[in-house]
Amino acid sequence: MADDKSTHDAGHEREPSYLVAQKGLKSWLFTVDHKRLGLMYLATTLLFFFVGGMAAIFFRTELLTPGPGEISGVLTALGMDPTTSATTYNKLFTVHGAVMVFLVIIPSVPGALGNFLLPLMLGAKDVAFPRLNLLSFWVYSLGALFFIYTLFAGGLDTGWTFYTPYSSNFSGTAVISATFGAFILGFSSILTGLNFMVTIHKMRAPGMTWNRMPLFCWSIYATAVIQVLATPVLAITLLLLIMERTLNIGIFDPAMGGDPVLFQHFFWFYSHPAVYIMILPGFGIISELIAVHSRKHIFGYKAIALSSVAIAIISFVVWGHHMFVSGQSELAGIVFSFLTFAVAVPTAIKVFSWVATLYKGSIQFNTPMLYGLMFLFTFTIGGLTGVFLGTLSVDVHLHDTYFVVAHFHYVMMGGTIIAFVGGLHHWWAKMTGRNYDEKQARWASLFIFVGFNMTFFNQFVLGQQGMPRRYYTYVPQFQQQHVLSTVGAYILLAGFLWIAFYLLASLRKSAAPKEPLPDNTWGGASLEWSTQTPPIEHNFHGQPRVDSDPYNFPQIDRTGGMDHH
Amino acid sequence: MSHDHDSPKAHRPAGAGEPHAFMAHHFNTPGQQAGAAKFGMWVFLATEILMFSGLFLAYFIVRMHYPDMVLAAHEHLNKTAGGINTVVLITSSLTMALAVRAAQVGDQPAIKRNLLLTIGFAFTFMVVKYFEYTAKIEHGMLPGKFYHAWDHGYYIEGSPHIFFAVYFCMTGLHGFHVLIGIGVLTWIYLRAGKGHFGPSYYTPVENVGLYWHLVDLIWIFLFPLLYLVR
Ligand SMILES: [Cu+2]
Repeated sequence: MADDKSTHDAGHEREPSYLVAQKGLKSWLFTVDHKRLGLMYLATTLLFFFVGGMAAIFFRTELLTPGPGEISGVLTALGMDPTTSATTYNKLFTVHGAVMVFLVIIPSVPGALGNFLLPLMLGAKDVAFPRLNLLSFWVYSLGALFFIYTLFAGGLDTGWTFYTPYSSNFSGTAVISATFGAFILGFSSILTGLNFMVTIHKMRAPGMTWNRMPLFCWSIYATAVIQVLATPVLAITLLLLIMERTLNIGIFDPAMGGDPVLFQHFFWFYSHPAVYIMILPGFGIISELIAVHSRKHIFGYKAIALSSVAIAIISFVVWGHHMFVSGQSELAGIVFSFLTFAVAVPTAIKVFSWVATLYKGSIQFNTPMLYGLMFLFTFTIGGLTGVFLGTLSVDVHLHDTYFVVAHFHYVMMGGTIIAFVGGLHHWWAKMTGRNYDEKQARWASLFIFVGFNMTFFNQFVLGQQGMPRRYYTYVPQFQQQHVLSTVGAYILLAGFLWIAFYLLASLRKSAAPKEPLPDNTWGGASLEWSTQTPPIEHNFHGQPRVDSDPYNFPQIDRTGGMDHH
Repeated sequence: MSHDHDSPKAHRPAGAGEPHAFMAHHFNTPGQQAGAAKFGMWVFLATEILMFSGLFLAYFIVRMHYPDMVLAAHEHLNKTAGGINTVVLITSSLTMALAVRAAQVGDQPAIKRNLLLTIGFAFTFMVVKYFEYTAKIEHGMLPGKFYHAWDHGYYIEGSPHIFFAVYFCMTGLHGFHVLIGIGVLTWIYLRAGKGHFGPSYYTPVENVGLYWHLVDLIWIFLFPLLYLVR
């Protein structure tokens, strides 16, 4: 790209940013500006991240002792029946799982960063359907209200997976409102996916070919494809579950001639691809962070882009690896096992490409990059242990143990959440026009890293030794490891609270910078850095045109002679 | 990278489309707007097909587990009513296609006439469906725990409550889509009355048409699977 990076729109006067272009609460609640909607998603997902996180803190506290200790103490203190501590535990881990999956991880990166960045990166004025985008946010809020109602209507104890026949015939908790909430959230996800797909196909700036799109857009695209193709199946599954519970239609209930395993097939046909709805946007963020902060052209652009698409496709044919011990046929188990191994190939292509990008790069250890490097460490552990679980014979031993818990936390939290936090720092100045305190941010990232690994690493060992997941009690020999996990969770909590503290502090009036921040915070070469910080309401003055790819850092590239274009 | 500040109209590329009154500000050309709307509609139709595919799969699982029950239970569906509804929906797809054509050539009376006919057929479908449902309810052929056909002298071997659960889920979801269809058809009928559509702008008519054809198509699969098992 041309070397006018830091001077946006070739000498335009500063204009009011999208944050102040319109005023009043209504201008936010009914906005169709993708940037404002991004911020609203950001605020809501972070709020629910706190709710889901606190649920985890509570049940980790219960697990400090082998018996029904801490929760029953709290219940007694509140004048409640302490013998319900097992149920309370079940409700806590269900709230944690359901909130984290449906309200936080799935909408977080696409909803917040995707909404904010996608049109900016493509050089568009907005997403293809701005009003649909607003509708999607309100549908999300409605689904969230159902979840909140569930909490006050006695909670939910089925786990986030809603397995039948427990959920349909036995659980005495608010299953219908929770599943209906997830049903509604599914539509929000579909609408967002549809909008992003059309935006990428139809709204790219002149000259922005598919191979000149930032990799974040590619990953959002792959995510959108899965959202659009998998989520409708979840919708119908949850509808059938609601019918089963209210009308006993007999589809999943063995006593009525139905097949409970059919529910698992339906559920995982959505929920395995949903794992990639959760992690692919994280991959996209990491591609941006690694390239920009090692000041080097991304290695294997096409390989990274297409491996996202490959993952999206393979993700539809591996769901059976969640059901190795469900009684599905052995042949199906073997086939699903081998298909699952296939996912490792495109995933490894990405990880190796990121490492190769770092090689001989001019790596800057600022906060976004620290999270990028943290991701490479934690996600790789999560990905590799996924191969253990995809191995049929090994999974029979590890199924439903803490090994599984550790694995998906290394992927979901060590992957998506870490990437999300990294991305948040990377684009914080662009979104808010403020700088956070770099020194505090680096220290907090250390807390996150230590706390995260302390919480989850030994859970691999625990699981391998036979500690089952979802139990509120355990044999005394596991206590030391459980205490370690719980202390890790406290450190993690401290880290996140610290992040919340300095990010919020940067928004105070008194923290406003004297001079407006530069357009290009990090010397990035994609289009979002070419416009004002924070962007104007319609993103760009005039129509941006693109004549090269988004990873050329001509002024700063120190690799010498490795000009790719 | 560079920014050009000319109005996009100054050098509109080929396929950009004629300007019209319903241009949204964030598109550069009417062609881009129409392309986005149509592509979005196709993606939406894909999600619809996947949603129904879950029910089709459930149907095949039930039929595989209980072939004799499905055979015996389906005899109680009204093949004549189903057949009439099939003809009604196929005809409505024709009038819908004619409405789109009329919009493309700007024949205002023909747009309204054909849309009105389509809405009429949609209502006919729902009326026939209403009589079918009433009969099923009267005979106690209901889903799940509400099934009590034996009280009305009907004995079907096996677990017919599952068949009728599938029947009501599939035709119920389809009927819901017909109702939505009536809603959106009415909406574009009202817009057509204001003369909104013509050769330069007919995307809404076209998209509603696509939706309506899908509703028709799903019924064309439902009818033989549910009514014509033998
Ligand atoms: Cu999976």
